[in-house]
Amino acid sequence: MNRTTLRLIISRLCIGALTLLAVSVVIFTITNLLPGDAAQALLGQETTPELLAALREKFGLDKPAYVRYFLWLGGLLTGNPGIALANGLPVADLIGGRLPNSLMLAAATTAVSVPVALAIGITSAMYRGSLYDRTVNVATVWTVSVPEFLIATVAVLIFAVKLRWLSALSRTDDIATFGQFLKVYAMPVMTLCCVIVAQMARMTRAAVIDQLNSSYIEMARLKGVRPIRMVLTHALPNAIGPIANAVALSLSYLIGGVIIVESIFNYPGIASLMVDSVTMRDMPVVQACAMIFCAGYLVLLTVADLCAILSNPRLRK
Amino acid sequence: MNTSAISPAAKRKPRRRPPIAGIIGIAIVAFWLLMALIGPYLASHGVGGTTSDDVFAPMSLQYPLGTDYLGRDMLSRILHGAPYTIGVALAGVLVASIGGTMLALFAAALGGWFDAIVSRIIDVKISIPSKLLALIIIAAFGASIPVLILTAGVGYMAGSYRIARALAVNVQAMDYVQAARARGEGLLYITLFEMLPNMFRPVLADFGLRFVFIVLMLSGMSFLGLGVQPPEADWGSLVRENIIGLSEGAPAVIIPAIAIATLTIGVNMAIDSFAGRKRRGSEA
Repeated sequence: MNRTTLRLIISRLCIGALTLLAVSVVIFTITNLLPGDAAQALLGQETTPELLAALREKFGLDKPAYVRYFLWLGGLLTGNPGIALANGLPVADLIGGRLPNSLMLAAATTAVSVPVALAIGITSAMYRGSLYDRTVNVATVWTVSVPEFLIATVAVLIFAVKLRWLSALSRTDDIATFGQFLKVYAMPVMTLCCVIVAQMARMTRAAVIDQLNSSYIEMARLKGVRPIRMVLTHALPNAIGPIANAVALSLSYLIGGVIIVESIFNYPGIASLMVDSVTMRDMPVVQACAMIFCAGYLVLLTVADLCAILSNPRLRK
Repeated sequence: MNTSAISPAAKRKPRRRPPIAGIIGIAIVAFWLLMALIGPYLASHGVGGTTSDDVFAPMSLQYPLGTDYLGRDMLSRILHGAPYTIGVALAGVLVASIGGTMLALFAAALGGWFDAIVSRIIDVKISIPSKLLALIIIAAFGASIPVLILTAGVGYMAGSYRIARALAVNVQAMDYVQAARARGEGLLYITLFEMLPNMFRPVLADFGLRFVFIVLMLSGMSFLGLGVQPPEADWGSLVRENIIGLSEGAPAVIIPAIAIATLTIGVNMAIDSFAGRKRRGSEA
């Protein structure tokens, strides 16, 4: 790795951190725009001004907005993002109990979707223009353009109602064997995979075709290299950077998908926690969950960019 | 390009198939747009009218799409929901696309600090996933139709800005734009009459795609109970309110979701044939 690459990587990481800071300002501003605050929400209409003032002081709501922002940011960074309005529990505990479940779901989805998507993407690029390629193309466009809850409800209809193989609700607490693990995770993971695989396969196909259009491939073709060998040994090594970029970018679609999927299957992760908190307008929880999702999203975007930087042959030595 | 040098026949290939998919797509979109306008008047039952004792009835001659969890006619529910799903999304995409495109045109034409500031703001916006931004805004302001339109508009403006700016930067370097500038034309004239017509097609394709995203986002929000609020109901709310019928395999759960799918796939098919025609046009 040479100095130019290192400089690019460091500057990309700094941009990522600065963007996350800006995102935290946006989230804090939106959630604090309306008059009325946590103390008022907690005490309701029938309260005395003294009680209100006391509670405001306890939460630090009597301070100006920018002071509260820095207090909140400091709390986030030290792992203490405040207290949930709905039940008075620390937000960190609520999230801590559910974050592992969401990460597990994301990990299972990634483990299934990446190999499947790469296989589909690379083969459809190899047989570009064939019936297989066109079928994949139509299927992926259709998959990304239907709502996630259609895929989920059809999956429930087939596997839980008609075939009775799986339960429609996910309960993570009674997992003891691998079979039970599969039963609980099968449908949420399947639904999430549909969307992710479609995205990733399309982007992988585009990345491989981009390589197949280059002149060194034309040279290989003229030399008489067999098509399979041409793709596997000539095009793929050069497409790895763009493909890694595509994988990271597609995984960021997890964040949108998981919000719907966790709610449908009643899966106890942070996305369903966030949806419940939005319904109850429990701002401290909403803010903290939003920051976690944005941080995850930014990490994936940054990784995608880093893959693109690292795979650029002009920066290699 | 490479293939045409090897086999001259490849050049003629795209013309062989008429854009059947595109025509079907445009027909579906036109049908739903018409339903959004006249659907509620066609419905044989009122919005709230309970018409049957049989809840989650299967499809029959009397109830072509079955009945819902209160025994209401599903076909009428879908027709009453069409203006919400399509209308709110259309309003949202107009805000997003017009806002994003105008900002992009100004940014490209003005350049300098205006471009820099707007582009940085958009970069921050793009780092917040649209569904997440929608949740935050709805948590802060509650779910009402104006808030939903604004949420969709703000959430998807950034993407439209990026596409339009990439196009506008190229267009603004053209000689005819430079000529207009030398003539001393105003900013509005240059952006709207010189630049916009020359990037209209990709902007329109992006408009369609963004409409699909917004329909999906808004239906998702309604499905979570955070979108259009009862007694009003869009197709996402219809799936939500009938979800208990899923264990019986009631059509009431699947039909609204399929209605959304036909709309979004229809728009996609229309855009694909449209983009295909453009590609052919640029090759000729």
